[in-house]
Amino acid sequence: MLTILFDGIAYGMLLFVLAVGLAVTMGLMNFINLAHGAFAMVGGYITVLLMQRLDVPFLVCLPLAFAGAALLGAVLERTLYRPLYRKPHLDQVLFSIGLVFMAVSAVDYYVGSTQQIMQLPQWLKGRTEIGSLGMGHYRLFIIVVCAALTVMLQYILSRTRFGSRLRASVDDQRVAAGMGINVNVVFLSTFAFGSGLAGLGGALGAEVLGMDPTFPLKFMVYFLIVVAVGGTSSITGPLLAALLLGIADVAGKYYIPKMGAFIVYTLMIVILLWKPQGLFVRQGGKA
Amino acid sequence: MIPAQSDLARTARLKWWEPLFWLAVFAAPALWPGQAPIINETAIWALFAISLDLVLGYAGIVSLGHAAFFGLGAYTAALFARHLSPDPHLGLLVAMGASALLGLLASLTVLRGTDLTRLMVTLGLALILLELANKLDWLTGGTDGIQGLTIAPVLGRFEFGIDGQVASYFSLTLLLLFFLLARVIVNSPFGGTLKAIRDNRLRAMAIGIPVHARLIAIYTVAAAIAGAAGAAFTLTSGYVSMEALSFDRSADVMLMVVIGGVGWLYGGVIGAVVFQVIRDVLSQITPQYWMFWIGLFLVVLVLVGRDRLFKPWTWFKRGAGGKA
Repeated sequence: MLTILFDGIAYGMLLFVLAVGLAVTMGLMNFINLAHGAFAMVGGYITVLLMQRLDVPFLVCLPLAFAGAALLGAVLERTLYRPLYRKPHLDQVLFSIGLVFMAVSAVDYYVGSTQQIMQLPQWLKGRTEIGSLGMGHYRLFIIVVCAALTVMLQYILSRTRFGSRLRASVDDQRVAAGMGINVNVVFLSTFAFGSGLAGLGGALGAEVLGMDPTFPLKFMVYFLIVVAVGGTSSITGPLLAALLLGIADVAGKYYIPKMGAFIVYTLMIVILLWKPQGLFVRQGGKA
Repeated sequence: MIPAQSDLARTARLKWWEPLFWLAVFAAPALWPGQAPIINETAIWALFAISLDLVLGYAGIVSLGHAAFFGLGAYTAALFARHLSPDPHLGLLVAMGASALLGLLASLTVLRGTDLTRLMVTLGLALILLELANKLDWLTGGTDGIQGLTIAPVLGRFEFGIDGQVASYFSLTLLLLFFLLARVIVNSPFGGTLKAIRDNRLRAMAIGIPVHARLIAIYTVAAAIAGAAGAAFTLTSGYVSMEALSFDRSADVMLMVVIGGVGWLYGGVIGAVVFQVIRDVLSQITPQYWMFWIGLFLVVLVLVGRDRLFKPWTWFKRGAGGKA
């Protein structure tokens, strides 16, 4: 029971790190980006391949995964995404599905379609039992890293100058630009940072979620659920949504395996019918 | 007649090329008998695309889960043929009824919220059905699907043969019938109010259009047509599998509508043909990686601008944004 809760929390934290970038970019630019999973996949593959082929230690891979995905995100934002901010949502959906298709095939072509196995370092293997609570060390590691990231994000958003610029741009782009905030730079850095976080999430999750070329399609729905249910205007919303989703998914699969992902989707539809803007909406900001 | 009226009447009038177009379409299976199965498949896709175009192009609902209705129609037709009666006409009607019912229920979920919310609930609905088809294996056969159905002859005379001739004419006839129905719908005052809702929902509400009732109606009709496409798929092929409900199917049909042109009924038909040709050519060149080129095509399509891709003379004029 406690173990399931623990695994669910680890899973939820992982989903949060994967999806928080999406939440911010979606709230900021009102851009429906279905290709977010592709950045996560890039991070995951960087880690897996570096570890397999070059024997780079795991802890070195994580920042590299972040940097790789962030760089790719920055380049794509500047070249491809920017012209689309003002296009209708249909265009954005098509464009990002196109990117996903390309990413899936490209990875399939260069790396192969088999699932990649990741060898965790020795100190992350094992398991600790405290009473009825069994904690895998790796999952504990995920929780610690993700919690640290969350605290850092919250700090950046609420305490730093960049954070206040970001929040101002989310609330109203035009006024923010009028106040002398360079909205384009805010967009670019946020997009890159969000992609980097997705890459890091992919790297952390490569062992838990499994890394194969269809990763962006498989988990696209989960990221979108986190964002749609959590709302796009804060990071506590997506955090709670991700934890809820993680626990519901793990518990659902454990207790009622016959129902599978059914519960999660039903829950999502019910929540969205009840509150179309997401569960946790901040009052005030411009939708 | 005031100018606006004659304008509306002109767009609704039958163009000279339209009968020729349909004649050519109906001549196709006879001219290329070997291609009849592919023509059948294309006709089914086109029917499905028309259904999505009604929702997307005329009512402005971005749906990523339209395969839900297609798949429900396909499975209903299969189950009906297996357990109740092999009659294809009844099967078709029952499948359409089931899809329409689902569409009616589902329409309540797309009335509120933003594009993102609608995207998610439509996607979620398709995923739920996919999950059901997978888990209820005593009913749907799980991953194996339902195979080896025997379907009675159409109109009591025309047997679905191995050469696909009857199948292609069956699907083409359905396509024509529903195309005409859709044409009547979008050119009617009802269709006009839909376009008003698509273009500006708030304003449509303000001039007294019952927005919710209109959206529910069109969503239900579109669902029924998608169900007909699904039923045609099952009846002509004699099997149904989980592929009928997959995300790929929803994405592909959206791609077809977009290739052909959103908000233009011929767009769905032409898009289906173009898409089949592209896929055929690509999968012969690179059987495993044709997805990449489809993806690239989508990206270029959007960056150039959907309305400009097939008008090369506009590429170098300055557009609103875009790098064209």
